[in-house]
Amino acid sequence: MNTLLSGAGVHSGNCEIMTNITAPALQFDQVSKYFGEVRAVDQADLDIRDGEFFSMLGPSGSGKTTCLRMIAGFERPTSGRILLHGQDVSSLPPYERNVNTVFQDYALFPHMNVEENIAYGLMVKQVPKAERLKRVEEMLELVRLAGFAKRKPSQLSGGQRQRVALARALINHPKVLLLDEPLGALDLKLRQQMQVELKALQQRVGITFIFVTHDQEEALTMSDRIALFNLGRIEQTGTPAEIYEHPATSFVAGFVGTSNLVTGDVAKRITGQEIIFSIRPEKIHLADLEAGVPQDSHSVDGVVRDVVYLGLYTRYLVELEGGGDLVVVEQNLKTTSMDVLKVKGKKVRLHWKKEHVREVGN
Amino acid sequence: MRSNSAPGSSASLGVKLGALGAFLFLNVPILIIFLYTLTPDETTYTFPLPGITFKWFGVAVQRADLWRALILSIQVASVATAVALILGTLAAAAVYRSSFFGREAVSFLLVLPIALPGIVTGIALRSALGTFDFPFSFWTIVIGHATFCVVVVYNNILARFRRMQGSQIEASMDLGANSFQTFRFVVLPNIATALFAGGMLAFALSFDEVIVTTFTAGQQSTLPIWIFSQLVRPRDRPVTNVVATIVILITFFPIFFAQKLTAGTSDTQGETK
Repeated sequence: MNTLLSGAGVHSGNCEIMTNITAPALQFDQVSKYFGEVRAVDQADLDIRDGEFFSMLGPSGSGKTTCLRMIAGFERPTSGRILLHGQDVSSLPPYERNVNTVFQDYALFPHMNVEENIAYGLMVKQVPKAERLKRVEEMLELVRLAGFAKRKPSQLSGGQRQRVALARALINHPKVLLLDEPLGALDLKLRQQMQVELKALQQRVGITFIFVTHDQEEALTMSDRIALFNLGRIEQTGTPAEIYEHPATSFVAGFVGTSNLVTGDVAKRITGQEIIFSIRPEKIHLADLEAGVPQDSHSVDGVVRDVVYLGLYTRYLVELEGGGDLVVVEQNLKTTSMDVLKVKGKKVRLHWKKEHVREVGN
Repeated sequence: MRSNSAPGSSASLGVKLGALGAFLFLNVPILIIFLYTLTPDETTYTFPLPGITFKWFGVAVQRADLWRALILSIQVASVATAVALILGTLAAAAVYRSSFFGREAVSFLLVLPIALPGIVTGIALRSALGTFDFPFSFWTIVIGHATFCVVVVYNNILARFRRMQGSQIEASMDLGANSFQTFRFVVLPNIATALFAGGMLAFALSFDEVIVTTFTAGQQSTLPIWIFSQLVRPRDRPVTNVVATIVILITFFPIFFAQKLTAGTSDTQGETK
């Protein structure tokens, strides 16, 4: 949770990258994919810029992995076109596309050592051995695995295998690198470390990365832009800040970060309008009943039902008068655990600035 | 507490006796074969031996019918194994890689010949050969043996495919390898030991097959049929024991080395360097 918040902060600075618009590295033109009667991807349109770190985020079964497999060439779209630097690759086999993949399970070849694994792409293209070894050496340096050339994959840790898989893909200088939940198998600490490493690596090599994940925190931390998938459709495409601050649908608001969705009578009583809106927990102020409400703010009274002290911040669950509840997060700037825990059961007044309210569609 | 300290040293007397019993049960009959290669008796086996002689080895070497049978058996087993390796691998790849209507039925029908009694397979083949006026020959024996050899290879390879990470094939294609290169550099090394094991098993099955062979062989004798005929019409009876001994010695070494080889690979996997 706390990295989520800090991650969102880091990324407000990354928006400038977007201004360097060049030819799209990858385009989806009305791409659909059916498996029998099941619609896995439904008329997806995408423009991914050259050198971008692009994430496809969504719950499992939302079509993001199918999109990745169509880019790699393992699946063919039922309809629509996929363009790689302007060239239609929709019906090319995987080995004729200048795209490489880092697989979820790494898919290293167990009978080959690290060096042979990394050199595989060059070997099948009959690159001379001397050059192969030279480039493998460079790759091992790049992913910080120098000295591991002769190891077998079974003798490596999860994080090391991950790096071998990366090196094996990057050595071919692909136009686009696809990453299919590559951090899923790692433990939390290692995953956070690899997130930073991956991002740094991407900026160093300048290759377009397309990263598939179901972990919103991961997507927010690393991406220049995110496409949010749900039920085969792209719900929203935008920078992490846009997705977080301006969710286009209630699904986006619910999936990215913690979000309070307010509907029905409660929403009408607070805003005076028949709308559904979302409000982020950190935007809500928790105040005494006597406290005045600032201008241009909404307010509502309630009872604190639950208090969770999380060190960096405290999470409150407030039951509203007239039904429904809101999650409120406050940083522990002045308070201690003793202070915040006393709040439980007290009547409070919540208020937030109107500009932080996001009206969402269904 | 103490009995836990050294594994292996504390097996109870019952377990030791049981192990010894199993060992004797499996190996004493084989020792008896060795023993009777040395008997001077021509038609009967008596114990203790009336004397000791090595003349049957010399007699065996000079029997042309024995050599014909042995060579035929080796040829049939080799060709049947080769056919089985190719067809079995292709069938396993088809069943593993693709999903088509009736896949499970195909898989079941492929395995059926080994579950059916040999006598049924034999009659079926003989009727089929008769229906099409197919003359009995070396090739009819090979066809008969291939029916069950294919199954053995198919089962071994399919099991290996199922254990193999499917994404390896996709990874290979992704890295620019076409289908042939993917088979050569990724699939083949993955299934090599399964091919070896399946091939050994297929060869062994074919080499000692009697029932199906009697239905498909016509006038020719493979080694097992030759040995069988020797028991029915005894002449130089200990020669069959000499043949059995030679077969044991010949099969002993490949199995010994195969065990050494597989043990070796698991050792190196555990090493750090």
